[in-house]
Amino acid sequence: MVATIMMPQTHVAAIAVEKAYRKGEHKVPVLLGVDIEVRRGEFVSIVGQSGSGKSTLLHLLGLLDCPDVGEVKLYGQRIDDLPQRSRDELRNRVFGFIFQFYHLLPELSVIENVLAPLMIRHSAWSYWKSRKAFQEQARELLDRVGLGHRLTHKPSELSGGEMQRAAIARALMANPEVLLADEPTGNLDAETGAEIMELLRSLNSRNDLTIIMVTHDESIAQQAHRVVRLAEGRLEAWGEAA
Amino acid sequence: MYKLLLCTRYLRTRYIALASIISVMLGVATMIVVNSVMAGFSSEMRERIHGILADMVLEAGSMNGNEDPEWQMRKIQEVAGPYIEAMSPTVEVYGLLTLRYGGQYMPRPVTLVGIDPVTKAKVGTLVEHLENYKPALDENGRVARPAEFSRDEPPGWNLPRTYMEYRRLRAQEQKAMPDDDEDDAGRNDEKAPADPSDLLKQLNDLAEENHDEVLGALMKARLYVGSQIISFPFPGKNGEKPRTVWMCQPGDDVMISTVSAGKSPEARNFHATIVDVFKSGMSEYDSNLVFMNLEELQRIRGMIDPPDDPEHGVRSVTSIQIKLKNFADAKLVADRLQAAFPPGFYQIRTWEQKQGPLLAAVDVESTILNVLLFMIIAVAGFGILAIFFMIVVEKTRDIGILKSLGASSRGVMSIFVSYGLSLGMVGSGVGVVVGLLFVRYINEIERGLTVITGRKVFDETIYYFPSIPTRVDAFTVTWVAAGAVAIAIMASILPARRAARLHPVQALRHE
Repeated sequence: MVATIMMPQTHVAAIAVEKAYRKGEHKVPVLLGVDIEVRRGEFVSIVGQSGSGKSTLLHLLGLLDCPDVGEVKLYGQRIDDLPQRSRDELRNRVFGFIFQFYHLLPELSVIENVLAPLMIRHSAWSYWKSRKAFQEQARELLDRVGLGHRLTHKPSELSGGEMQRAAIARALMANPEVLLADEPTGNLDAETGAEIMELLRSLNSRNDLTIIMVTHDESIAQQAHRVVRLAEGRLEAWGEAA
Repeated sequence: MYKLLLCTRYLRTRYIALASIISVMLGVATMIVVNSVMAGFSSEMRERIHGILADMVLEAGSMNGNEDPEWQMRKIQEVAGPYIEAMSPTVEVYGLLTLRYGGQYMPRPVTLVGIDPVTKAKVGTLVEHLENYKPALDENGRVARPAEFSRDEPPGWNLPRTYMEYRRLRAQEQKAMPDDDEDDAGRNDEKAPADPSDLLKQLNDLAEENHDEVLGALMKARLYVGSQIISFPFPGKNGEKPRTVWMCQPGDDVMISTVSAGKSPEARNFHATIVDVFKSGMSEYDSNLVFMNLEELQRIRGMIDPPDDPEHGVRSVTSIQIKLKNFADAKLVADRLQAAFPPGFYQIRTWEQKQGPLLAAVDVESTILNVLLFMIIAVAGFGILAIFFMIVVEKTRDIGILKSLGASSRGVMSIFVSYGLSLGMVGSGVGVVVGLLFVRYINEIERGLTVITGRKVFDETIYYFPSIPTRVDAFTVTWVAAGAVAIAIMASILPARRAARLHPVQALRHE
C-alpha cells in the first residue's frame, strides 16, 4: 500500500469505483468499490475469472464507460465527470485501446485503420494537408510491428496475429500515454501471443508507455510488472509480478 | 475525414444501398416525367382553349343579344382603346344539327356560333383549325392533296373547288335517282343562282332570288362544323389501324334547328351547307361548335330590326370577342369595361374565367398526382430508413470501435447523415437525368412500347395530339430533386441518431 501513495508518479487511478449493469429489472453489480493506481511507465495486468469485472474496470479507466460511484483520475485530476467532448478527446489522445477481437474496421485497409485515430483527431482539411507525413508515420509503425508488406490489405485478409499487430499500430498511431489492452492474446495461439507480449513489453520499456492489460492467463499476466486480481467485483490481491 | 472515408466506403461496399438509390431515382424520374407530360398537356390545352376563346368576351345577358355591335365596339375602343388589338362580334345560340347518315337522321346538340370569319380570325385562332387550309394526308402521313386555300387567304364562306365538284356530282346523281325522303323536309330555303359560264363563282355567291333549278347551288347558311360532330372513330378490326369515319363532308347539306330571338322564342329550322371542317384538337370544341355566317344567323333568328330591312336594320349580337395586345392587362380592361357597360345587360369574362372549371380541374388533377408521386419518394424514404437501421445494426461494433478511438457521437451521426445525403443526391441526380432523357425521348419510347406490346400506348385519335406534348419546368425539376434529397436526409436522421447514441461498451460487445 505504501508504494501506491507516491502521488506524483500516479498516472491513472480509479478510486472506489462501483459499476452495475441493468438486465431487465435486475441490477447486476459488477464492480463493488475498486481502488487501483497505476504509475507512469508501469505495466500492470488485471487477472480474474470471466465476469469478474476486469474488462469493465478497463473500460472505466479508458473512459469508455462511467462509474456509478467513485472517480477516475488522470495525473490526480478527475476525468470521468468531464463533458462528453473532452472525454472523446482524451480517448483519442491519451488512451490507446487494443482488444481481444482486434476490432479493426473491415471496410478500411490496414494503413487506413492505423490512420483512423488521426483522421478522427483532425478535420478533413488539416488531415489532408499533412496526410503525407501521417502516412509516412503509419508506414513506419507498421514496419515496426512487422506489417510493412500488408499496408493495403483488408483486415479479412490478415491472420489473427497480424490483425492484432495492426490494432497495436493503430493504438500507437495516436501516440497515447496509456495503452489499455483487453485480452490482447486471448484469441491467438501461444507462439503468436508470445510475440505480441514481446511487442508490448518492448513498447513499455522503450517508449515508457503505461500499459494496463486484462487477461485470464496467469502466465501472460506474470510478464507484467504487477498483477492485480479481481474477484466478485473486488480487488483481491496486489502483487508484484516475478 | 474518417466520416467522408467511411461514408464513401459504405456506399461502395453496401450494395443494398443501391436499392435505395434506385428507389429514389425511380421516384424522381417518375415525378419529372409525369409533371412534364402533365404540364405539356395542360399548356397545350390552355393554348388551344385560349386560341379559340379569345382573350376576353363582352357577353349579352340574354340569348336575344344586345343591339348594335358597332356602337358596342366603339365604346370598347373608347374606354380601353390602347389595350385592344382586335374585336369580333358573334352570336352564340344553342341548336340542333341533323345530318343524314346511312339512311338515318342523326340529330346532334351543338352550339351555333355566328361569326364574321375575317375579324374572328384576328381575335383568336381560326384558320389554323380549318381543314381547307391544311393539306389532306393519306394513311401514311404523306400529302395526298394540297391544301385548298393558302394561309394568306382570309377565311370566308366559299366552298373550295374540290368539294364544289363533289357537290355537283352528288346533285346530278340525286336528280337521276331521286331519294324518296331527301326532299320531304319541305325545304323552302333560298338557293344561289348559277351561270354555267362561271359556275364556281356564281354558286358561291349568295342569291337575291330563288333559283331552285340550279344544280349544286349552295344554301345561304354556311357552316364550319366541328370535326367530331360529323365523324366518329372506327376501331380497327384484326389489328387494322383505327380510322375516322366521316358522316358528311364539305359540300353536304345538314339541317339546323334553333330558336329565334324575341320575347317568345320560336323554333327555326333551316338547311345549311358545310363549307369547312373545324378541328382544334380540343374535343370539347370539336364535338360541339358549329360556326355559321353571322348575317344569315341574325336574319334567321330575327336579330335585325326592322326584320325586312337587312341592309339598314340594326343588328344584335350576343357577344363581342376581344383580343388584347397584352393579356396581362386583362384585369384592367375588364374593370374599365365593367364600369362602361351596364352590368344587367353585359357581362365581361376572360377566357380563363369562361373555362374556369376545366382549368381548375386540371390544376387539381396535377396537384393530386404530385401528392401521390411524392408519396412514392416517401416510400423510397422509408426504404432508406429500413436499410439504414439494418446497416447501423450491422455496423454496431464499428461504431463502438470509432468511439473507442475518440470519435464523438456527432461524428458518428454525421457518417450516417452524409451517407443518406449522398444516397439522396446520387439517387435524385440519376433520377433527374433519367427523367429528362425519358421526357426527351418519350415519343420514341412510346413507339418502342407500341412495337413491343403490339398496342398503341398513346392513341393520337383519342388525344388529338400528333405526339405526346411535354414541357420541362426547371423549377419543378429542382423542387423534386431537392425534395428527394431532403427525404433521404430525413430518413437517415433516425438511424443516425440511434448510431450516435450507442453505448461504446455495448457496441463493442455486439456480435
